[in-house]
Order: sequence, then C-alpha cells, then structure tokens
Amino acid sequence: MAVDGVTLEVAAGEVHALIGPNGAGKTTLIGQISGSVGADSGEIRFLDRDITRLPSHQRVAAGLARSYQITSIFKRFSVLENLALAVQARSGSSFSFWRPLAQEAALFDEARSIADQVGLSHKIASSGLSLAHGEQRALEVGLALATRPKLVLLDEPMAGMGPEDARRTIELIGRIRAQVTVLLVEHDMDAVFRLADRISVMVAGRLIATDSPEEIRMNEEVRKAYLGDELAA
Amino acid sequence: MKKIVILAIVACAFPLAMHALDQGFYISFATRVLIYAMAAASLNLVLGYGGMVSFGHAAFFGAGAYIVGILTFEGVTSAWITWPAAVAVAALAALVIGALSLRTRGVYFIMITLAFAQMMYYIFVSMKAYGGDDGLSLPRRSSLGFGVDLRNDFAWYYVVLFLLMIILYLLHRLVHSRFGRVIEAIRENETRAAAIGYPVYRYRLACFVISGAIAGLAGALIANQTSYVSPAILHWVQSGTLMIMVILGGVGRFWGGPVGAAVLLTLEEVFSGSKLLGPYALHWQLPVGAILLAVVLFAPRGIAGAFAKRPQ
Repeated sequence: MAVDGVTLEVAAGEVHALIGPNGAGKTTLIGQISGSVGADSGEIRFLDRDITRLPSHQRVAAGLARSYQITSIFKRFSVLENLALAVQARSGSSFSFWRPLAQEAALFDEARSIADQVGLSHKIASSGLSLAHGEQRALEVGLALATRPKLVLLDEPMAGMGPEDARRTIELIGRIRAQVTVLLVEHDMDAVFRLADRISVMVAGRLIATDSPEEIRMNEEVRKAYLGDELAA
Repeated sequence: MKKIVILAIVACAFPLAMHALDQGFYISFATRVLIYAMAAASLNLVLGYGGMVSFGHAAFFGAGAYIVGILTFEGVTSAWITWPAAVAVAALAALVIGALSLRTRGVYFIMITLAFAQMMYYIFVSMKAYGGDDGLSLPRRSSLGFGVDLRNDFAWYYVVLFLLMIILYLLHRLVHSRFGRVIEAIRENETRAAAIGYPVYRYRLACFVISGAIAGLAGALIANQTSYVSPAILHWVQSGTLMIMVILGGVGRFWGGPVGAAVLLTLEEVFSGSKLLGPYALHWQLPVGAILLAVVLFAPRGIAGAFAKRPQ
C-alpha cells in the first residue's frame, strides 16, 4: 500500500473525494496527511505551512482532523465523554490536575451540540461499546468534527452502513461542508457523486485523475481502472 | 462520601483500639499497610489509569527508601529534607526511566521497566559504602520537629495516615481532572487520542513521573518504618508484589491499590503466622496464591471492582 508521486491539492471549502480500488493507498495517504504515517519524500502543505514533519497532535491544532475507516472511538467512554474529550483537546491545556472536569460545563455543552450535529443526541449517555454500528460511525465522524477542523479527512465514513445510515451521513456531510473543507475517501459512488466538488482517482499508489464529477464519469482511464461499467447504466 | 468518613474514623481509631486490647504489634502492622497502600496507589495510577504496565515500580519505591537511608546514615535526619529529597530523586529516576521506556509498547515496555529496576538493584548492591548486599540500618527515624517523636508508634502511625490521606486526595483530584481523563483516554485508544490532538508521550511521561514521585514518598516512609533498607526493596519481586496488590484490589479502581495492599499484607500475616497453620506456616505462599487465583478468576475487576456499582 505505497503512495507514489501523488500530487493532490484540496481547495479550501470544497468536498474533495478520493476514490480508487482497495489497496490503492488511499488510507495510507490519509495517514500521511494526518501524521500517523511517515513520508519518505515529498512535502505536505496545509494553509501555506509545511507540515510534513509535524507530529499528529500539532496538525490537529493547526486544524487538520481525520476519521478512521475502522471505527476508532473510546469504547468505554460515553458518547458525551468521547466528544467532550475531543473538545477538551483544543480548549486550553489539559495539564490541569486539580479542577474537576465535571465542572467544565462549556466542554460538555459543546460536546452536546456536536452530538446533535451527528445525530447522537438521544444516545448521549450510552457507552461507545453499546452503540449500533451506524451510531459508532457517526461518533467516529463526530470525534473528528469536535476538534473544530478546517480540513477533515473522512476515511470511508459510510463503511458497512445500511442505506438509512448512509443517507444520514450524506446529509451530515452536506451540512458540514459550509464550515469545513472535506477530503472524503468513499466507496459508495452514489455518495461520492452526490457530494464531491472534485474527485481524485487513485490506483496502485498513483493519482490517475483529478477532475469534476462529470469529467471523472466520462474519463476512459478511470472507467477502465476503477469505475468499470458500474456507472455506465 | 459517607463510606470515606467511616473509613477515616476506623483508620483513626485503630491504634487506640489496639492499644486498649494490648495488641501494640498491630499498630506497626497497620502502618506498613498504609505505606504499601500509598505505593500500590501510585502504581495503580500508571498501571490502572494510564494503562502502562510498569514492572519496575520498586525502583522508585526503593530509590525513595535508599535516599532516606543514605541521608540518615550521613547524619541528615530532618524529615523536611530527607522526604522531599526522596520524592525528588524518585521523580527524577521516573523521568529518566520513563523518557526511555515510554518509547516502547506492550511487552517491551514491561521488560524495559523491569530491566531498569534491576539495574538500580545492582547499583545499590554494589554500593559497599552503604552496606551493599547487607543493606543499611538506620540509626533512627527521621525527625519531624514540632515536638512530634516519630519513634513513638502512635505518632508514626498518624503521620503516615495523614500523608496517605493527602496523597489519596491528590490522586482523587487528579483522576477526575482534565489530565486524568486524558490518560484514561490514552489507555483506551492511544491512536485516537493522538488523532484528536493529544501529545500522547508527554501525558504518559507526566503520569509516570507523578506516580514515581508518590512511590518515592512511600519508599521514604518504609525506610523509616523498618529502620532498615536493603537492595531487596528494589528487587523485581517487590515490583511484582506491588503489581499483585493492584490486581487484587482492582486495576484502574480508585481504591484498588489501598484495598489490595491491605488484603495481601493481611493474608500474608495470617498465613505466615504459626497460629493458624502451625508448622505449615512456612508454606504460607500456597494458600495466599490460591486466594489470589480465586480473586482473578471470580472477580476479574478486583476486590474494589467487585463491590463497585458502576462498571468502569
């Protein structure tokens, strides 16, 4: 799953979809942009700043957050605790040993509003463990949003979702696009073509095209490599 | 809250009751329990809350004890100097050991903390000036001033109890603070904690140092308790004993450390005395081991966990 010679530019304010067959290196690229995977060469720039060597937590502070393809939440924490933890990360120092966290109403208020945004306000007290798959996926996205990113990397937010949950997630991305730039990795082509301003196609570690959805749909190379006849109908 | 008040009253009344019953020995035993409660609570902070399985906690406990031993041997007896020195040295040791070991994970972390502790063990074994293998007898307990004589078992018990209560209060504040939530989050999901913006290594290291400092204070107290320090206090078996206390009491349970220390030491006391088992008391580890096994099998969340209402 190598990434090789990729030049990907995400414009501020757009929903940019990254598609491609399994093993193309999409998740690796997301990891490199978010800082969990190193890059052997090349440069990653974010808001006119070179972040190639920045550790993950500093990238988050700069406004870059990600969600995971394989749900990665704090399973034994409640939904509210999960989200408040992410809010806490960017609101003041957490090297605070004395004051009870429970007294910090502002953290929990904001966590509640994010729960509302991702449609989890009815599950606020449930532990991550007890959530249904679709709800865990919503929390996954909520954790990324709670850091108040300028750019959010969503790695297959609809993985394993039923049509109802997928519809809700599409609506959610539709709502957040006004405030945050989105780089969306997704296999659900319906969602991709509905949401994306631009689409990049990755095959075997390389980008073979970046274009508007209409052009991508027409692109011969893309069809051959990935879309196949799926969209011909 | 009510339970804590009752517990505090029982702890305060205990020496008086024992004195009345003419069982003075148990005051000294209870002091030992309080000291180990502090050490186990410190281990529980890294092990239970932070998820860092440190198998070298005796290093900090022993460092604290040895600092008091060495200073007393050199004629410095004021508790206001020796105890803070013990805490500072233990914290420094935790900073160095933590900074290196926290770069590893899992089994490697267990092994490297163990290795560091064993290194400390051999350093003290080789310090012939301070007794080497044989250890060091303290001519006297530290002096506290204010007309308090720590040679008096009552006064000593209450000073230790007071310090334990302060430490437990601090720990209680800590685990319910922002910092406490972050270290628990890192235990639960390190990758995600980093991905939402926490510098994981720094939080782990801070937790490790705080824990080491508290273990150092407990060490300073144990040196005073026994008026004797030897390398055995740094041996890996000691780290194992602290770990057993935490597991027995409840990993990541606030009362896990103290409960585990009290239960394990009491079991040891009961089964190693000849009153109950007669000549078989020599093999006291056998029944204690069986009980440990039973606890791990039937109360995997520890004794404190088994009595808690809320699963944690």
